[in-house]
Amino acid sequence: MSGIILKNVDVWFGHGANRVDAVKNANFAVPLGESFGLVGESGSGKSTILRAITGLAQTWSGTITIDGKALGPTRDSEFYKTVQMVFQDPYASLHPRHTVDQVLSETLSLHGFNNVEERIEKLLLDVGLGPSFRFRYPHQLSGGQRQRVAIARALAPEPRILLLDEPTSALDVSVQAEILNLLTDLRAKRGLTFLMVSHDLSVVSHMCSRMAVMQNGHIVEILSVEDMRAQNASHEYTQHLLASSLGFTPSEAAQ
Amino acid sequence: MSDPSKPNLLEVEDLWVRFPTRSGVFDAVRGISFSLGKERLGIVGESGSGKSMTGRAILRLIRKPGRVEAKRIALEGQDLMSLSEKEMRAVRGYQISMIMQDPKFSLNPVLKVGKQIMEAYQVHTKGSAAEARQKTLDMLEAVAIRDPERVFNAYPHEMSGGMGQRVMIAMMMIPDPKILIADEPTSALDVSVQSQVLDIMDKLVRDRGMGLIFISHDLNLVASFCDRVLIMYGGRVVEVCDADKLHEAKHPYTRGLLNSLPQLDQPREKLEVLKRDPAWRDEPSVSGVL
Repeated sequence: MSGIILKNVDVWFGHGANRVDAVKNANFAVPLGESFGLVGESGSGKSTILRAITGLAQTWSGTITIDGKALGPTRDSEFYKTVQMVFQDPYASLHPRHTVDQVLSETLSLHGFNNVEERIEKLLLDVGLGPSFRFRYPHQLSGGQRQRVAIARALAPEPRILLLDEPTSALDVSVQAEILNLLTDLRAKRGLTFLMVSHDLSVVSHMCSRMAVMQNGHIVEILSVEDMRAQNASHEYTQHLLASSLGFTPSEAAQ
Repeated sequence: MSDPSKPNLLEVEDLWVRFPTRSGVFDAVRGISFSLGKERLGIVGESGSGKSMTGRAILRLIRKPGRVEAKRIALEGQDLMSLSEKEMRAVRGYQISMIMQDPKFSLNPVLKVGKQIMEAYQVHTKGSAAEARQKTLDMLEAVAIRDPERVFNAYPHEMSGGMGQRVMIAMMMIPDPKILIADEPTSALDVSVQSQVLDIMDKLVRDRGMGLIFISHDLNLVASFCDRVLIMYGGRVVEVCDADKLHEAKHPYTRGLLNSLPQLDQPREKLEVLKRDPAWRDEPSVSGVL
């Protein structure tokens, strides 16, 4: 039973001479319940894959299948009940003039839920925020708290698949640990499927059981977390990423 | 324990950075002391720990109404606190220079890169334009830019992040300062570019015998790149240690930070969450003076 399947997916921006191929021939499958990572540097196309899945990048070809259904050019509300996305920057992804309550109740009413009151309180508790946070504005929240609100918003329609676009890269390491733990708990409790993008190998290795390494729009390698930890990477670029993530080693010329 | 054969480049004693607010004075940095020799000194901490403020306070780059107070900030024996604003301008760039986090916001978008670097040179030395141009090209080469002529005539938006940061380093190095303060110089860069930029910085600092203050939130990076590390929390230094012994640090805050990092080689079910002890804020600052 596969949750997300990508077959020969290309994503591009612009046309004619200005065409940039952001993702070239991406192929992978994520079974339901798995946590799958996409790693690579900026511009490698990892976020673009998420954006193509959610319909934010509209120029793509190939087949994307979510939960057995192939996606067309547009997404219906049924899709957003299955798939939700958490964005990188919690400072930019929440409306500055909407309270937490407005953010969550808008999402809930868009998806046709009626017991909004109860659901908001439950959502806030689920992401580790008390009811006292309900009527706050984003500027009254810390970065970690904002990301919790963003996660609560994503969970509101009760999706089975979460797309996570660098969910902790704007946060301090101690807050990052809290958010990663929260995501781990939520996945265990709700049986969620994660597709997580990050530039940080150690974060992806902590969260995911398999990962695809991307470079210049290509998936150069798909490997399991065990292989990554054992540094069993076959592609040169993956080895390079592994070496860089272990800290600074002065080059021979400098020594 | 001052070693007379290795005089300190910079000595900071009891540094405070204060911001008056409507609800009283907020102290961003609370009485820290440290010294810098010809070494790579790391300052780590989370956002709000006062690490960037410390870097800026040395150059007196704190915007009003913020205030810098210190018993002494001495650059090779000369007290910087007693200098006038005009005299301070001769120190900035020429003796102590600073690299900021994001080259996108530090370069002038409407001036060619070469011109900006030349300006940094000409402000501090009375060289001719031709000489400045030559120096600039040499410097661009020193920061491993392959085609200095092309980059010289490029605008900032035509460069990648890594290249922009190397241009910034070139600009800061060209007046040949004694001390370089780098405030998160690589956190806007990709990991592979990051190691290139660090390599260049490392080499320049080594070759020229400069002192480097390296401000970062990345513990692993600081542990592998620096010689000595100050760990800051709530405007104070909670621990000082040798960088290669950072992983044996004792303070609960440092330990908490280290344990909250996911690690490639040590898989864990759950990450440890840092429990903050209010007492950490009130502990006296540890001296980083050598």
